[in-house]
Amino acid sequence: MPDDRIQHVTMPKWGLAMTEGKLTAWIVSEGDQVATGDDLVDVETEKISGTVESSYDGVLRRIVAQPGEDVPVGGTIALVAPAEVPDAELDAVAAEARRQIDAGEVAEVPGPVLGRTAAGISYATAGPAGAPADEPVVLVHGYGGDANSWLFVQEPLAERRVVHAVDLPGHGASVKDVGTGSLDELVVALLGVLDATGTKRAHLVGHSLGGAVVSMVAATLPERVASLTLVAPAGFGAEADVEYLTGFASAASRRELKPLLGRLFADESQVSRSLVDDLVRYKRLDGVEQSLRLLLGTMVVDGRQGLDIAPRLRDVPVPRVVVWGAQDRIFPAAHATAVPGALAVHIEEGAGHMVHMERPAVVVAAVEEAVAEAVAASS
Amino acid sequence: MAREISYREAINEAIASEMERDDSVIVMGEDNAGGEGSPGDMDAWGGVLGVTKGLYGKYPGRVLDTPISESAFIGAAIGAATRGMRPVAELMFIDFMGVCFDQIFNQAAKFRYMFGGKATTPVVIRTMYGAGLRAAAQHSQCLYPIFTHIPGLKVVTPATPYDAKGLLIQAIRDDDPVIFCEHKALYDLTGPVPTESYAIPFGEAEVVRDGDDVTVVALGRMVHMATEAAGQLAQAGIECEVVDLRTTSPLDTDTILESVERTGRLVVVDEATPRCNIATDVSAYVAQHAFGSLRAPIEQVTAPHTPVPFSNALEDLYIPDAQRVVNAVKAVSDWKA
Repeated sequence: MPDDRIQHVTMPKWGLAMTEGKLTAWIVSEGDQVATGDDLVDVETEKISGTVESSYDGVLRRIVAQPGEDVPVGGTIALVAPAEVPDAELDAVAAEARRQIDAGEVAEVPGPVLGRTAAGISYATAGPAGAPADEPVVLVHGYGGDANSWLFVQEPLAERRVVHAVDLPGHGASVKDVGTGSLDELVVALLGVLDATGTKRAHLVGHSLGGAVVSMVAATLPERVASLTLVAPAGFGAEADVEYLTGFASAASRRELKPLLGRLFADESQVSRSLVDDLVRYKRLDGVEQSLRLLLGTMVVDGRQGLDIAPRLRDVPVPRVVVWGAQDRIFPAAHATAVPGALAVHIEEGAGHMVHMERPAVVVAAVEEAVAEAVAASS
Repeated sequence: MAREISYREAINEAIASEMERDDSVIVMGEDNAGGEGSPGDMDAWGGVLGVTKGLYGKYPGRVLDTPISESAFIGAAIGAATRGMRPVAELMFIDFMGVCFDQIFNQAAKFRYMFGGKATTPVVIRTMYGAGLRAAAQHSQCLYPIFTHIPGLKVVTPATPYDAKGLLIQAIRDDDPVIFCEHKALYDLTGPVPTESYAIPFGEAEVVRDGDDVTVVALGRMVHMATEAAGQLAQAGIECEVVDLRTTSPLDTDTILESVERTGRLVVVDEATPRCNIATDVSAYVAQHAFGSLRAPIEQVTAPHTPVPFSNALEDLYIPDAQRVVNAVKAVSDWKA
């Protein structure tokens, strides 16, 4: 039996379609001390580039896979263990991991499971086998996004608990019909997911427009919300990059869309060709153009934000944490101070509006912080 | 979601979804329903290669078998289109189009213009083209340049299952006559296609691979030859930008020029015979509008100016392949004045 203090760092599954990833560069070296959340290695897939973070504390004892290698999802790429575990044991475990990669014997990792409500709202569920499904984390994306926006966040959160990532109406795999496009209709859709999954209370996490949606659920039905994590939420100030929002709604081609998408990130090189292609393909689907136009009318009124969520949240007894990218060009980070009663506000340098893609560890930590506060408050 | 289906299934799905959405969409052609003039039962052929299989059962009365008289049923489809139907007519092989040129060139293509915009002709003529199936000289041609030449027609040449579905949905919704050209060697090609309906606008080329060294413009099956070549060339340090035209009329000249202005080098890959084809058309356009950007003569990779041979060995030589694209790209890369 190998020493159970040896922890395997594996190729993550970022999104339903990912089957393998290519290591591009190790950030740490063998022998380095690593802690949970530390960046370990950069990985790129056909869709996206990201960084694998440590889920363990210890010493990075062995690197199993090298830069330039394609490793299947679930394949062991490194080993973390305390310094006292003998080298011989690590060598044996590393050799076996290496053999599995070379022989193509890495067991397939099940990704999130798709569900759908009667109203046609799609959601992707992940979580450890046998995890209690009560009080799950529910992730709600922003305008023009989908459940896949959380690809760097859902997997680490799902190591400990059930996590549902929702596609709002008009988005992702959900029905491309938003009714009148009011915020209430999005709230009803989200409540539909809570009901369909048998969720009485949830830890809600919302980005941008999704932040306004989860805030309104907390404001109207606080008994169903254990905690709130607001990631650059809409509705906490008048300013917005209206040119981006209207441009996104009307852009029909790759050429129009690509320059706009750069504004979402602090580092514009995050706008990969596949990100643009996926969005162009999404925007061509029947019903999407109309859905985005109606929702735009909710988000933008007279050249300013049309949503005013802050007063609705004032006396709501739900613990909440706020995360914002300091370089957010869509909604300024200064809006973070307008969230009433926030337990903590994290303004992250080097991140733009898509802070959950650029600094996923910060968002994961914020959700954990909100969840911990809710658990402490209820015990 | 990332579900993979074939080019053939993608075309079938596009027709089915539009028949579901719009009662005025009908299908007509030879052996579409039952074959041999039968009423069309469970054994419906779905056309000679089974592309429309299953539609007869789902939409009885809206999938019509026609006699082997292209001039009659293409004329009927065009007439029905002017009266409010949206016919999708299958003309088995593009090579047979000659018998109904008057209906297409002189009638359908002219109605909107000659009636001052008061008439529209929302007809789609689906047809298969291209070499590679050992079908000999009368069943293997790439005749899309002939239709591209005629104002009033839109001409579509999808290269992938995704594009086949989205471009055909656009073709059916379009109010102008569309010649929808399906490469017969691509029917079994599979790729990701959304289950939902979507329309890809005409006149929007797809940049299927980014690169800064050489622009490779291709269409239809040649897109795959070009991307295969680009993969090999990348290993040799030459980065090709591969542009799939998707439609030859309208032609996305902006995307072509933007790319050539950056790379300064152009190779056009076209399976059609070399005189007055898409390669000559694109080459002439670039030479006229981006002459100052060109750092080497334009190369064209096409079939030779001969009928498609029936001999297997000769047919294989006839069709432009990745190696010829590689050679052309190297020629423009290495060119010195």
